[in-house]
Amino acid sequence: MRELKILAVVVFFSLLTYYLVEPYAHHEMHKKVDADGNEIKIESRGFVYDGAADVEEAERAGDKELVAKKKAFWSDVKKISKLKGNATAGEAGFGMCMGCHNGANMNMGGVIPPSLDHAGAIYEKDYLIALIKDPAMASNVDHKYADTMTHPMGSIKTMFTDDQSIADVVAYLMTKKAGEVTPKEAFSEACMRCHAMRYAKTTQLGDTPKFKHEKDALAHKIKVIEEQDMVKAYMGKLPPDLSMIIRARGAHFMETFIENPQTQLPGTSMPRVGLSHEGYEKVKEYLTEIGDPSKKHREEVGPWVILFFIIFTILAYLWKKEKWRGHH
Amino acid sequence: MAHFDENAKPFSNKWLDERIGLNTLMRVLNTEYWIPKNINFLWAMGMVLAATFGILLVSGIFLLMYYKPDANLAFDSINYTIMSEVGYGWLWRHIHGVGASIVFLIIYIHMFTGIYYGSYKRGRELIWLSGMGLFVAFSAEAFSGYMLPWGQMSYWAGMVITELFAGGSLEAVGLVEWIRGDYVPGDAYLTRFFMLHVLLIPLVIIGLIVLHFGTLRLPHVNNQEGEEIDYEEAAKLYKEGNVKESKVIPFSPVFLSKDLFVMGVYFILFFYLVFYHFDFAMDPVNFDPADGLKTPAHIYPEWYFLWSYEILRPFSKDIGLIAFAFAQVVFFLLPFMDRSPNVAPAHKRGLFQIWFWVLLVDMIILTAMGKLPPTDPTFAFVGLVSAVLFLLMWPILIIITKFEKKIEKGA
Ligand code: HEC
Ligand code: HEC
Ligand code: HEM
Repeated sequence: MRELKILAVVVFFSLLTYYLVEPYAHHEMHKKVDADGNEIKIESRGFVYDGAADVEEAERAGDKELVAKKKAFWSDVKKISKLKGNATAGEAGFGMCMGCHNGANMNMGGVIPPSLDHAGAIYEKDYLIALIKDPAMASNVDHKYADTMTHPMGSIKTMFTDDQSIADVVAYLMTKKAGEVTPKEAFSEACMRCHAMRYAKTTQLGDTPKFKHEKDALAHKIKVIEEQDMVKAYMGKLPPDLSMIIRARGAHFMETFIENPQTQLPGTSMPRVGLSHEGYEKVKEYLTEIGDPSKKHREEVGPWVILFFIIFTILAYLWKKEKWRGHH
Repeated sequence: MAHFDENAKPFSNKWLDERIGLNTLMRVLNTEYWIPKNINFLWAMGMVLAATFGILLVSGIFLLMYYKPDANLAFDSINYTIMSEVGYGWLWRHIHGVGASIVFLIIYIHMFTGIYYGSYKRGRELIWLSGMGLFVAFSAEAFSGYMLPWGQMSYWAGMVITELFAGGSLEAVGLVEWIRGDYVPGDAYLTRFFMLHVLLIPLVIIGLIVLHFGTLRLPHVNNQEGEEIDYEEAAKLYKEGNVKESKVIPFSPVFLSKDLFVMGVYFILFFYLVFYHFDFAMDPVNFDPADGLKTPAHIYPEWYFLWSYEILRPFSKDIGLIAFAFAQVVFFLLPFMDRSPNVAPAHKRGLFQIWFWVLLVDMIILTAMGKLPPTDPTFAFVGLVSAVLFLLMWPILIIITKFEKKIEKGA
C-alpha cells in the first residue's frame, strides 16, 4: 500500500537522524583515546577491585616504575584477602579506626572522616584491605602525594603493619558493620563528606536542622561555608552538589565513574570510593529518590496514558472508516 | 440593517447565525471547505502540528505557574519545585520538553512534503511563505525556551548563538551586549528571553497560524498528483451525493476523521517518548546548573538547529556567517527559485527528484556533523563537503527547473 510505503520512508529517515545525533554522536563525543589514537573502552568491572584497571592505566601512561608499584601493591592485597580474618581479634584494631571515625564531625586533613557504621555493607572487601594498607593507592589518587603517608588517612599504614591484623579488622567490618543500610545512610557515609545535596537539605555537615532564629541559621551557614572551604582546599575545587546528578549523567557514566573516577575524568581529584555493587545500588537509589523522584510515577502512569491513546486511535479509526464509507 | 428575529432563543443556532454568520462560517471553514480526496497521511501533518502547538501551549501555561525567571531561582524552580514538589509537574515538563523537540520533526516532515509535491508553487506561494514564517517563529520560540531552565547548555548555547550577532569581523560587540542586556548572559538576559518565550513569540505564532490557514483557503491544499481540480464541479457532485465520483471531501468531518486517526497514532509515539525516552529532547547536560566559569566539553544546539549550525562551522568566521545567514533565508525563496511550471510530485519531475533526495540526505548529514566533534578530521571534512553542497543546491535548482520538461495535462 502506498501510505505504508511512505510511512516506511518517513520512519527510516527519522530513525537514521535519531541514530546519528543521539547514540552515535554521544559515543563519538565521549570516547576516550590513548596516545596512539586507539579507543579506550570504558567498561564497568562489576565493582570488584583487583588493581587491573590501575595497572592498565599506568601502562598506558608508560610509567614502568608505577606499573611495578601498582602490581606489587594489589598482589599484596590479594594475599591478605586470602587470609582468614578473625572478627573478634579485629575489634581491637577497629578501636584505632574510631580514633578518627568518631562521629565528632571534625574536619581532618580536608574532610570529615565518614561514619563506618555500615562500612561492611557498602564497601567491597578487597577495597577495604587496600584502603587500610595504603589509602591513597587504594583510591587511586597516589599521584597527588609524594609520600602517601600525607593522605588524611595515610597514618593508618603505620598502625596496621602486619597482614593478619588488616585481615582481622576487615573481617570485623564485614560481619559486625554490615547491617541493613538505607539509601540515605549509604550516601551519607560514602559521598556526603564531599558532596552537598541541596534538594535533600544536606550539606557536608549532614542534614541542615530547622532553626527558630535566623541568627542560628546564619551561624550554621557560616560553619557550612568553612567546612566547604576546607574540602575545596583539599580537593582543589568544591565537589559539585549532587541533587540532580542522576539526570545529568547517564547510567554508564555514573557506574564507571564511581567505580574509578580516573577513567572518565583523568586526573580528577575525586578519589575512588570503593563501593561494592550493592553499595552502589543503594547510593544510586538515593540519588534517584532526590534527583528523579518522578521515575516511579512515570513508570506507573505511562502504560495507562499509552493505553488511552491506543483506544483513542482504534475509535478514531472506526470513525474514519464510517465517514469514508462509499468514498472510494 | 440586518433582520433579527425577535423569537430566536438566545444562543440558538438561528440567533447566532444572525449575529456572527454561524452557518456561513461553518460552511466556509468546515463542511464546504473542500479537500482533495487523493491525498495521503502526510496531509495530516498540518493538523498534527496544530495539535502539538496546542499541547505546548497548555503544558506551558501549567509550567508558567511555578517557573521563576530569575538567574538565581530558575534552575531550582524547575528542577526542584516543578519536578518534585508540584503534583504532576514532571509530566507537564516532560510533555513540554518532548513536544518542543518533536514539533520540529513534524515541521520538517511537513516542509519536505510540501517540497516533494510542489505545494509551494503557483497559487500556493503565500502558504509556503507563511509556513516559513512559522518555522522561524518556532525556532525563536524553541531557542528562547531552551534558555529558561538556566542549565549549562542554556547558558553556553545562549552565549554561542548571541555571539553570532557580532557579525564576525564587523565586531558589533555593542549589538551583542544590547541583545544580552549585559556583557554575558545573566539576569537581564534571562528575563527578556522569558518575555519572548511566554508572550511575544507565542502571539506571533498564533497570528502566523491564522495567516497560514487563511492562505490555504483559496488555493486549497495540493494533492498526490498535483492535479488542478475544478472545485465547483467536484463540490457539486459531492453535494448531490456522488461522493464516490467526486474528487473532493469536506474538511469536516471526512478529512478530520482521518486526521484524528493519524493524530492518535502520533500521540501513542509522543507519549511513549514522554514517559520512556526523553533524553533526546531534555539534554542531560542541561541538568547541570549554569556555570559561567566552566565551559562544557561539547557545546551544541538542539538537534533541529544542527544542520544550519554545521553550515556555519566549517568555514572561516566571516564566510561561515554569510553561509549561515543564507541558509536561514534560502527556503523562503524556494517558490521563486523553482522555475518549472509543473506542479507535480517529485517522482514525475526528472532531475528534480534527484535534487530532492540529495537535499534531504545532505541535510541529515549536516545534522549529524553538526553534533559530532569537529576536531576529528574526517567529520570536519564531511561537514565541509556537505555544507558546500548545500549552498550549491540552490543555483543547481534554478538550472534544472529551468530546463524541466513541461508535463502535459491529462498525461
Ligand atoms: C588518621 C585518621 C584516620 C584513621 C586512623 C582511619 N581513618 Fe579512615 N578515613 C580518614 C579520613 C580523613 C577519611 C576521608 C578520606 C578522604 O575522603 O579522602 C577516611 C576515609 C575512610 C573510608 C572511606 C574511604 C573511601 O574511599 O570511600 C573508609 C572506608 C575508612 N576511612 C575506613 C577506615 C578504617 C576501617 C580504619 C581503621 C582500620 C580507618 N579508616 C582509620 C581518617 C582516618
Ligand atoms: C573525597 C571527596 C569525594 C568523595 C568522597 C566523593 N566525591 Fe564525587 N567528586 C569529588 C570531586 C572533587 C569532584 C569534582 C571532580 C572534577 O571535576 O574533577 C567530584 C565529582 C563527582 C561527580 C561529577 C563528575 C563530573 O562528571 O563532573 C559525580 C557524579 C560524583 N562526584 C559522584 C560521587 C558519588 C556518587 C560519591 C559517593 C559514592 C562521591 N562522588 C564521593 C570528590 C568526592
Ligand atoms: C508549525 C506550525 C504549522 C502549522 C500548525 C501548519 C498547519 C498546516 C495545515 C493545517 C495545513 C493543511 C493540511 C496539510 O496539508 O497538512 C498546512 C499546509 C501547508 N503548510 Fe503548514 N503548518 C505549519 C508550518 C509550516 C511550515 C514550517 C511550512 C513550510 C515552510 C508549511 C508549509 C505548508 C504548505 C506548503 C502547505 C500546503 C500543503 C499542500 O497544499 O499540500 N507549513 N499547514
